[in-house]
Formats: sequence, C-alpha cells, structure tokens
Amino acid sequence: MSGDVESLVLELLNGRRQALLEAWISSQEAAAGSGWSTASDPDFVRQSTELLDALAAAVEADGFTVTAPGYKEVHRLLAELSGTHVRLGHTPSETAAAVFSLKDAIVATLGSDGGPDGVEDGQLGGVDRLVQGLGLITFDAYVRGREQVIRNQHEELLELSTPVVELWEGILALPLIGTLDSQRTQMVMENLLSSIVEHEARIAILDITGVPTVDTLVAQHLLKTVAAARLMGAECIISGIRPHIAQTIVSLGVELGEVITKPSMAGALQVALRRLGYTVRHAEPAS
Amino acid sequence: MERIPVLEMGEFLMVTIQVDMHDRLASALLEDLTEAVSARGIRGVLIDISALDVVDSFIGRTLSMIASTARVLDAETVVTGMQPAVAITLVELGLSMPGVRTALNAERGMTELRSALSDGAQGGIRGGGRGHDT
Repeated sequence: MSGDVESLVLELLNGRRQALLEAWISSQEAAAGSGWSTASDPDFVRQSTELLDALAAAVEADGFTVTAPGYKEVHRLLAELSGTHVRLGHTPSETAAAVFSLKDAIVATLGSDGGPDGVEDGQLGGVDRLVQGLGLITFDAYVRGREQVIRNQHEELLELSTPVVELWEGILALPLIGTLDSQRTQMVMENLLSSIVEHEARIAILDITGVPTVDTLVAQHLLKTVAAARLMGAECIISGIRPHIAQTIVSLGVELGEVITKPSMAGALQVALRRLGYTVRHAEPAS
Repeated sequence: MERIPVLEMGEFLMVTIQVDMHDRLASALLEDLTEAVSARGIRGVLIDISALDVVDSFIGRTLSMIASTARVLDAETVVTGMQPAVAITLVELGLSMPGVRTALNAERGMTELRSALSDGAQGGIRGGGRGHDT
C-alpha cells in the first residue's frame, strides 16, 4: 500500500507539479492567516517551487523516509522557508500550518483528477507521515532561526555595552556599564586593545561608575584588562569608584597594585593629561 | 642552528622577532642577549614582537627572563608592538610580565628606553615601576 502511495505522489509531483504548486500556495495563504498574501513576497513562491522540485527528487530516491540522505536538499529548503516565516513575524503554528497544508494540496490535486488514480482513504496515512515529517523539520528549523536571532541580539548588546571613546589624542575612555562577567571582560579587552592600536593610545581610563557591584571576580577581570593594556604599552587608570565600592575592595583584600585609581572620570582625565605633558588652564577673560 | 639576529646600536640592542618562536630559538635568544649585554656594556634592550601572532607560556616566560637578566646586568628591556590577541593570551596564562617595560611600537619603545635611562641617571636609583606622579 505504502509503495503505491509513494509512486502516486511521485507521479503527482512530476506530472502535475504546477497544479500542485498553485493549490499549495493558496492553501498556505489560507493557513498563514489573514492580512498576508504570497504575492507580497516573491521569495516565497520561489521557495515553494524549489521545495516541490527537491521533494520530487527526494521521494524518487528515498520514498517517504524524511530522515534519509536524499532529503538533504529538502531540509535546507525547509530551513530557508521557515526563515522567511520568522522574518515575516509569523507564529510557530502559522508556520507549521503552512507546511501541513501541503497535505490538503496533495489530496485535493489527486482527487480533482478523478478516475482510477483518485486517492483512497487507506493511502492517506502515507501522505500524512510525509507531511508530518516535513512539518517537524520545519519546526526544528523555525526554533533554530529564532535562537539565532536571540544570539545575534545578545552579541549586539555586548557590543553596545562596551564602547571605547577617544577623549583626547592618546587618551581612551571605557565607560563600563553593567556587571562584568568573563564573557564581557573578554569583549571589553578585545575592544580596548584594538582601540589602543587604532588610536595609538598611551592611556586608557576604565570608568566603573556603571558597574553595580565589585566582587573579587570583577576586580580580577578589571586587573586582567589593565595587565593586557599594559602589555600593549598603554597605562590604565580606573575611575568612577564610589565610596562603598572602595570599602568593598579594601574589605575583600583586593590588591590593585600600582594601578592608578581616581574617584571621578574628571580626576582621571587630569592625571592622564598631566602624564602626556598637557596643562589645562583658564583662558584669559574675554571682556 | 637558526638564530634571531641581534642588532647593536650604540648602547642599545635591537631584536625583531619575525619568525615563529620555538622553545630552542627562545632559549638561544636569551643566551645571545645576556652575552651581548654583559660583554658590550649595553644599557637598553628593545625587543619588537609585532610580527608574532602566537605566544605560548614558555616564550612569555623567556621574555620575562630576558628582562630580569638584563636588569641584573644594569640594562633596561622594553617589549614593543605586542598584538592584542597575544596580550590577551599572556594575561589569560597569568603572565602579565611585571617589571618588563612595554610600548605600542618600536619608536615609542626607544623613547621609553631613553627616558628610563635618563631617569636612572638623574635619580641614582632605578625603580621597577613606571609610575612617577599620581
């Protein structure tokens, strides 16, 4: 029975692909909900067409076994299709429904042919298995697509939260906001060191005004950053140390060594300017 | 055996490392430099590692040892042009090379050496730290 339905579907895919495609696209539109038309997205029609082409090849090679190697191309196209759905902001159920609607399209197209080729109830099981397999692949790809979006946003957030600004020729400032964990420290270090090279900086000011708490781990991360900058020939000043953070540092017994520390960024800038041989003074009164 | 060339410029020695350092080469460099410093009254050693992409703990330690040995023989060492990735690796390995002077490029390294030597001549005492005023 299963063999019969496979050849039946294969014949359908090869012989009447255009009719099937049209039926599928209209049922996908119905499944994906109101307010969306495939006409608005040329990618979509192309992807559906390619998917049916690939499916025809896969069914010919491996029958309905969707995990077989012959389905590799189908997997890739389904991932692409679900990517389109993610981009259009469709929900997972709308995405799954769009793929499941392939079954309706197959049944409708087989039925409309009439005659002895008409599909029997017993054969529907095979079609069900195929479409369900495809649906599961799509769902996996959909979730992976979402996770990728989350990962990208996480990375962007990291980038955004560690800016390096040039305050003066040769002086960089690094306002740190939020908790410093190992991953962020790595990011801060890389940003700082590449900026040191880029701006040929001699002094970097690490401002920790925005760091809520300093424990031994955070202090260790700060010291690592200072050590790495020193290896590149730049000196670090840690500024923005609030009174209670100063107390914490001392009571934790953190040894800051010869790192210069200043309560405010202004003080740190003064030190930095003096180091580079600049003096700051009031201009003559204008009047 | 392969050796890293050591250039003598007045009272300074200059070394640029342009090949992948392996352990033997590093040890040979340490020996060559120590010999040269002690034999020719060298006051400053500049080691440029801007072409070095990979550094392991042994190389890092050798660089530290070169600096310490030179200090004993009354010479200053400056390591210049370290790549960001190398700096991060060394720090992660726990080798922050205290006591070794560093500079962004060879030119600044030379300035650093000169000012270190003139500081030493004026003050009479040469401290290990880089800080002067705070």
